Amino acid sequence: MSAPAGIPPRPAAAPGGARAPAARPRAPPCRNGPVQSQVHFPSGYSLNPENYSAPSTHYPQVPHEAIPSQLDNQYIADYHSACYSVPAQSVMTHSIGPGMLNTQQLYGGAPHPVESSGGLLQEAVSSASHLHTSVPQSYSAMSSHYISSTSSSVASQGFPLSSGHYAMPSVSSAVYPHLSYPAMSIGSPYRQVLTSQSLPAVGQFKETNAFPGQSTIVPRTLQQQVTLGYNSTSWSTSDFQSAQENLSRNHTGSVAKASNQINTVGIVDSSHPVNQNVQFTKPGVETSVSSVVTSSVRTPAADHLIEPASVPSSTQPPESLLQEGMQYGGYVNNQASSAPAPLSSSSDDEEEDEEDEEAAIDSSSTTSSASPVTNNYDALEGGGYPETDSATSSPAPPPQISRNTKPFGYGYPTLQPGYQNATLPTSAMQPSNPGHQSGFQQYPQQYPGVNQLSSSLGGLSLQHSQQPESLRPVNLIQERNILPVSPVLAPVPNLNSDLRKLNCNPDSFRCTLTNIPQTQALLNKAKLPLGLLLHPFRDLTQLPVITSSTIVRCRSCRTYINPFVSFIDQRRWKCNLCYRVNDVPEEFMYNPLTRSYGEPHKRPEVQNSTVEFIASSDYMLRPPQPAVYLFVLDVSHNAVEAGYLTIVCQSLLENLDKLPGDSRTRIGFVTFDSTVQFYNLQEGLSQPQMLIVSDIDDIFLPTPDSLLVNLHESKELIKDLLNALPNMFTNTRETHSALGPALQAAFKLMSPTGGRISVFQSQLPSLGAGLLHSREDPNQRSSTKVVQHLGPATDFYKKLALDCSGQQTAVDLFLLSSQYSDLASLACMSKYSAGCIYYYPSFHHSHNPTQAEKLQKDLKRYFTRKIGFEAVMRIRCTKGLSIHTFHGNFFVRSTDLLSLANVNPDAGFAVQMSIEESLTDTSLVCFQTALLYTSSKGERRIRVHTLCLPVVTSLADVYAGADVQAAVCLLANMAVDRSVSSSLSDARDALVNAVVDSLSAYISSASNLQQSTLIAPNSLKLFPLYVLALLKQKAFRTGTSTRLDDRVYAMCQIKSQPLGHLMKMIHPNLYRIDRLTDEGAIHVNDRVVPQPPLQKLSAEKLTREGAFLMDCGSIFYIWIGKNCDNSFIKDVLGYPNYASVPQKLTQLPELDTLSSERARSFISWLRDSRPLSPVLQVIKDESPAKTDFFHHLIEDRTEAAFSYYEFLVHIQQQICK
Amino acid sequence: MESVVFIFSLIDCCALIFLSVYFIITLSDLECDYINARSCCSKLNKWVVPELIGHTVVTVLMFVSLHWFIFLLNLPVASWNIYRFVMVPSGNMGVFDPTEIHNRGQLKSHMKEAMIKLGFHLLCFFMYLYSMILALIND
Repeated sequence: MSAPAGIPPRPAAAPGGARAPAARPRAPPCRNGPVQSQVHFPSGYSLNPENYSAPSTHYPQVPHEAIPSQLDNQYIADYHSACYSVPAQSVMTHSIGPGMLNTQQLYGGAPHPVESSGGLLQEAVSSASHLHTSVPQSYSAMSSHYISSTSSSVASQGFPLSSGHYAMPSVSSAVYPHLSYPAMSIGSPYRQVLTSQSLPAVGQFKETNAFPGQSTIVPRTLQQQVTLGYNSTSWSTSDFQSAQENLSRNHTGSVAKASNQINTVGIVDSSHPVNQNVQFTKPGVETSVSSVVTSSVRTPAADHLIEPASVPSSTQPPESLLQEGMQYGGYVNNQASSAPAPLSSSSDDEEEDEEDEEAAIDSSSTTSSASPVTNNYDALEGGGYPETDSATSSPAPPPQISRNTKPFGYGYPTLQPGYQNATLPTSAMQPSNPGHQSGFQQYPQQYPGVNQLSSSLGGLSLQHSQQPESLRPVNLIQERNILPVSPVLAPVPNLNSDLRKLNCNPDSFRCTLTNIPQTQALLNKAKLPLGLLLHPFRDLTQLPVITSSTIVRCRSCRTYINPFVSFIDQRRWKCNLCYRVNDVPEEFMYNPLTRSYGEPHKRPEVQNSTVEFIASSDYMLRPPQPAVYLFVLDVSHNAVEAGYLTIVCQSLLENLDKLPGDSRTRIGFVTFDSTVQFYNLQEGLSQPQMLIVSDIDDIFLPTPDSLLVNLHESKELIKDLLNALPNMFTNTRETHSALGPALQAAFKLMSPTGGRISVFQSQLPSLGAGLLHSREDPNQRSSTKVVQHLGPATDFYKKLALDCSGQQTAVDLFLLSSQYSDLASLACMSKYSAGCIYYYPSFHHSHNPTQAEKLQKDLKRYFTRKIGFEAVMRIRCTKGLSIHTFHGNFFVRSTDLLSLANVNPDAGFAVQMSIEESLTDTSLVCFQTALLYTSSKGERRIRVHTLCLPVVTSLADVYAGADVQAAVCLLANMAVDRSVSSSLSDARDALVNAVVDSLSAYISSASNLQQSTLIAPNSLKLFPLYVLALLKQKAFRTGTSTRLDDRVYAMCQIKSQPLGHLMKMIHPNLYRIDRLTDEGAIHVNDRVVPQPPLQKLSAEKLTREGAFLMDCGSIFYIWIGKNCDNSFIKDVLGYPNYASVPQKLTQLPELDTLSSERARSFISWLRDSRPLSPVLQVIKDESPAKTDFFHHLIEDRTEAAFSYYEFLVHIQQQICK
Repeated sequence: MESVVFIFSLIDCCALIFLSVYFIITLSDLECDYINARSCCSKLNKWVVPELIGHTVVTVLMFVSLHWFIFLLNLPVASWNIYRFVMVPSGNMGVFDPTEIHNRGQLKSHMKEAMIKLGFHLLCFFMYLYSMILALIND
């Protein structure tokens, strides 16, 4: 199936416990592989439960769906969601705690307590920034809870019920032991893990070697370890998988945080254990594929550090054999019981095969035969009822019901009560855990917490039919401090708390309107853009990965099953996008988490809005391709003079082992000036051979098969070449650049496999196909009228990109030029092949150290980040909505299918939508993004994000739900299109009109407002500011001298950056850093990170006595005032006084003072929050770089543009016209 | 002589009708995902110039043969064709660009345009037919 080619699938009869030993012997061959940390392996174990916590909490959903008298339940349920609004949560739960605990036991049997406490833990942990501080504490909470729950209630209550529940004989025998004897399984599965680990002695030693370094960080008690062990083994099916998951993740180095931490810990030895893991886990994949359903969960990266500490230091409990036997038996039984199902199922069509959509209709449904479990279902329901009653003693229904649970036929109403009840167990757990408080402090981070109160209050108060906070009218002209002191957060959709909890993370998936208008007419009235902003391949700290032979999808619209579908009964689910009723496949009835049968709604697919599937061969058009990297390097005089080759070669040498890939990874090099040079790196040669092709009009490959070589086999030759390259062309006099022919050659080289071409170009291509001429007139740089040549000059690069895209090859462009290079034309090669573009204006290795440093950092990230090959992305939305325009780097292959030759974690996308049919018969709409890609390990995977939003009918609600940041980013994308297709001034006018129209529509809709004042709803109060910032952005500014390439690059970035990064580009964050205090500081990784308030971007905030940090996304400016406090300069910058601070300072020294520590921890915290490490630039008041800094102060007046106040007045005039 | 003009126009018009139908079919194939944007656009771009020439020739012919009404009827469509062809940005691969066609409802507008042209050519067809018969009778 999805197992790498060449390794035969393991027989289905060897699952579970037998897996690890069998896997071991494979370990040695890969020991020299890429350097990784060994931490992943154990972390996979203990963290699974956390991610799988959700199922238990949502358990009660079933009863409610089945109960005919819906209304009661709805009321009860809704009451809960109302009561349990965030702040009240801890208070409420205390009273009902014990009762809930018991019912939890009734339902789930033994694993649940652990699992659900893990759930709390997960929620506590999930805010990434707090990971480290919170985890250890919460673990203690978990263990204590575990003990209490298992000893008290499980044995008595869980036992009989679960036996009744699992009436199907074969399954019950499998599941039963695990459920009912948790006390025993504490030790034994753990032991099992250990034994499997210790089989090959070498690996074990190496792992233990590495541990001391880590265990010092997280001291642990034995008890906790036992708990961990227990957790892990209850999901042992999936553990190997998840370990591999982690591995492949970190392998690419894409989890910046994790790798950082690893470095700080200083595990030099870390490579070896992980390599074992590679091998170790692979067989795991195979077995899991062949076994019925296995699921694994990717773990929070930050926890990697903590987990390993537990593994080696604990003693091995004695009962292992018994338990192992049981588990094994369990597996076999499972296998037997559901063996027929997977065979008959699992022939889903793939994303690529659009033509076959109809043909494959019957694929996703498997046998739908009635099962004996249905009786249990009723029993289950009966068990669930008392719990609800006792929990919801207060009868008063909140007014919110009518809003969210419209009694329409689409199943949402039935869905919601179940979800709502599901909160109860979660909250009920809290009082029973003495140690949980620590975890709970983090808890609000996940829910709309203290920080988000204002936004979430908007949603809540709306439900209580008062005017929500987000609709509070703000008089823009009178309000001086419009910018909040803390960074703006995404508004929370006005859903009930359980749907909200399940909803996709706004970082991955965001909509400009969190309340979707019901009709296009209403949308037109609101004058706001409707669209989505996606960051689908984002580095995630936690991602459930599901291996299943059947990927459950809707039969008509091919939507993947998601948390927002409704289960009509246990056997059928209703698609939330097209409303078709589908059968639940037999295999889906079994839940690998709880090892229980008949609970499809508890599967991870239905509990997480972001999941990743390991796809079967049905999703492949060809065997998964290996990772192939080709470097096309400019070696003309200009390039050599700039000196980028040294940096690139050095960086590649350093990261050669970290390049994502497996044993099949291939690499090649092509250089070009007026000729094209190839390098024969065939294994066995004593040194690299250079082959020069001077016939650039008809380019050919001199030796087609030895130019792209296996990275591992020819590593020495590659290293030789990289060492030699920088000096090979030092004396070149060749000034011409034959980029086009070189690209054609690269395409020929790559077309059999596909992969990634990285092009480094330093000037305008001047020879052969695709040659360009200078189009920029320097005198027009600051023209206010017409900016020409924003579009490409030739279609050569576009055609090339489309050819590449067709052959699954992406072209990434690094443009390092000192003069005009026509980026508008060159960028096409990356735009349409789903590549990425980097531009380093006036690059020089010694004259411009900032750019050199930036190149270095970007390259490090570029080489080590995750990569997905031969990807396609499809965005589906609820019937009635349609997508009409896409923004980003890709090729739109058909109406909703984006072809991405490569996908990288830093790529963002945007789509514009329209409402084609009115959404009158639904109260919720959903959007689903499915990204099918081949991982660098040769696995076909599908990452699915689902977002759910409410539908509203009134204009006020539309405004209340507006997400101003998303709207501005979408507008920026639209404006880029407009300026290329029409003109820049058109685009600028359109931006201004967007503000004018939406605000005037708001003012006229709110009749009680004075027409003459400029009023905005609170949700849109930053709209004029952001649009003004856009107008002053490099891409759209006029009147200020802007080089054409700079402008085009800014446009490219707008199109391809994810929202978070783009917002910083548009509206940077300004902080004052000379007086950092610990007030309001947060704790990250045992460091105190001060949180200075945001300053508005105006020179009035800059005082000569202060020092300010401006965070522009890819660059940090530190501006030091003339009269800046000497103690700051001395303590933080390390210079005695202002005058002695050098002009080009790009680093803060590590000084042992409090203020230096604070400044550095703040800056590194900012850095850690994004994948690209920004460069730092210290700017003195008189330095020439000052203008760059002051250009970002967008609230101030410049000679060519309005100040913020003037802009507001301008808007007001426009509105009144 | 006049009959020859109209016979030629009739044949030309037939060709243009077939071309319009071909455009519509290909575009709707793209709409239904039967072909991908790249092949669709390369197919269609091939026929943009023949269509342009065919229509311009008729228009010029009408002008030369002093059929003012028919000339004026054809003029807007012919000039739209020329305008569209001339105004293609230098970086695009033709009137139909595979990277743009799915954006901003271009597919729909192309479709609409092809439909309108089909209707127009049908109208012209009957007009030429009538004029031809009239001319033949007069001869």
